[in-house]
Amino acid sequence: MATKTGTKQKPAAGLTEIRWHARGGQGAVTAAKMVAELALGQNKYFQAFPEYGPERSGAPIVAFTRVSDEPIQIYAGIEHPQIVVVLDPSLLGIVDVTKGAPADAIVLVNSEMSPAELRRHYHLEGFHYYTIAATRIAVETIKRAIPNTPMVGALTRITGLFPIDEVVTFLRADFGKKFPPKVVEGNINAITRSYEEVQAE
Amino acid sequence: MATTDTEILAVTGNEAVAEAMGQIDPDVVCAYPITPQTEVVQLYAQMVADGKVSSEFVTVESEHSAMSAVIGSAAGGARTMTATSSQGFALMWEVLFIAASYRLPIVMTTVNRALSGPINIHCDHSDTMGGRDTGWIQLYGENHQEAYDNCIQAVRIAEHMDVRTPTMQMYDGYVISGAIGPLQMLTKEQVQAFIGPYHATNPMLDTKNPVTVGPFDGLHGWYFEHKVSQNRAMDRALTVIQDVADEYAEISGRQYGLLDPYCLDDAEVAIVVVGSTAGTTRVAVDKLRAQGVKAGMVRVRAFRPFPHEAYAKALEHVKVVGVMDRADSFGAQGGPVFLEVRAALYDSDPRPQILPFIYGLGGRDIFPDNIEQAFAVLQKAAQSKKRTSTERRYLNLRED
Repeated sequence: MATKTGTKQKPAAGLTEIRWHARGGQGAVTAAKMVAELALGQNKYFQAFPEYGPERSGAPIVAFTRVSDEPIQIYAGIEHPQIVVVLDPSLLGIVDVTKGAPADAIVLVNSEMSPAELRRHYHLEGFHYYTIAATRIAVETIKRAIPNTPMVGALTRITGLFPIDEVVTFLRADFGKKFPPKVVEGNINAITRSYEEVQAE
Repeated sequence: MATTDTEILAVTGNEAVAEAMGQIDPDVVCAYPITPQTEVVQLYAQMVADGKVSSEFVTVESEHSAMSAVIGSAAGGARTMTATSSQGFALMWEVLFIAASYRLPIVMTTVNRALSGPINIHCDHSDTMGGRDTGWIQLYGENHQEAYDNCIQAVRIAEHMDVRTPTMQMYDGYVISGAIGPLQMLTKEQVQAFIGPYHATNPMLDTKNPVTVGPFDGLHGWYFEHKVSQNRAMDRALTVIQDVADEYAEISGRQYGLLDPYCLDDAEVAIVVVGSTAGTTRVAVDKLRAQGVKAGMVRVRAFRPFPHEAYAKALEHVKVVGVMDRADSFGAQGGPVFLEVRAALYDSDPRPQILPFIYGLGGRDIFPDNIEQAFAVLQKAAQSKKRTSTERRYLNLRED
């Protein structure tokens, strides 16, 4: 006998589930972990993990973040994300990024297009789309085409999970331990610019 | 990383255990520091290089050599630790028995991952479930916090004079080992005070009292009696594991036991499960309880020794018990935990039905839905007048 997954699970109150879609090398796992650490700074519970597979640069990958007011006990991939973050728009034609997402889910896409243009271009229906030119912002601020921190800036604006000032403070402290000041400031610029420039429908 | 006892840290499971090892600061760590290892020894090697710990770090050329070096070190009289996973654990196989039969109080972290083939690096319990008869004590943890807590407690259990048996502590590969989760640490001073100084028994490096370790026992020797003494130590370990857990609770505020029951007192259906899936199972139990279903759960913590009397006591009032195994014993009636739980309840009257479920092999994800499906099977069996078939039920198996 075999059983399969099927019925819908409602997330618990106070629980935010985020699913990240990216290509290997775009820093999605780092971003998923960064959001977990930001949650810690807000005295919330957190969990972040990638869907493990061979690490191949450019291959589609998935990562997950849970943020909650209560301790998180569930240890499974996120099937019904309230928020979907797409770090590479080319995935829209390849991967079903909104699979299992409820009708009111937020979908944040790294794209130069407005949400309306994105919908037309990729024939997207339903959900609430947001866009941010994260790769361009990354190139202009961090000098590298790694869109992860700009995506966190845009996510901060859309979700209101964390105040932007706290994100900046966290980055200065956390990145300050690992990177030279130029890199830290570049990432802070990337986050604050994306916070301002994210486009809603 | 700060080490106050109140601050919550965001760490991977492997980082949590490396921190525990750093606070234990054993005399010697021997490891084979490349795949199929885990980050644990890599992180520990960094602590050694940074001068944060005083351990002698011995890198060797294979996992078989790692365990052999650990045995040599422990026999010499040093507090010795290592870590491994998956194929690495499998390669240690023949020397695991030797570590146990020499009664060396080694502590080893094993990150639970599948065994080949097909080649698979993801979580299941095939590696250490296969090692359940090596003579090592086995503790299975649920999450980041318990991986850290069990690592520290394992030192006291292994070194206890009633036990003197190597102890392995496990947590789920990737699901815990590579995921970021919360951790509250003790201070290094608290950990040092808890584990105390190491007193080796009959160390080979005590040249004034020379001993031989591991000689040929001869045809008419004491091999049989030696094995019986190992088993008696396992029996005594049941008490020691609980005593150490109680003492640890006093300094940490976190209480552990031989097993971890949840909503069992009035349960009509219950699941027995190992590792991180216990968390997901609690979510399913809460949901079913809200619907009026008398569902419960037991999480396995000590698997060797297996506290069969405690399982009988915990489960004998339940109508139907489902045992979820993340490893299979091909050709047996069910997975290793199923066989153990079913045997433990044989003398109970009335005797619950015990049904085997297999899940999560090779890292196949396990969702709350899947666990609810298992509970649905148990509920149906509880309502049925006939006994339900004990064929294996597979959760989240692909059928296309």
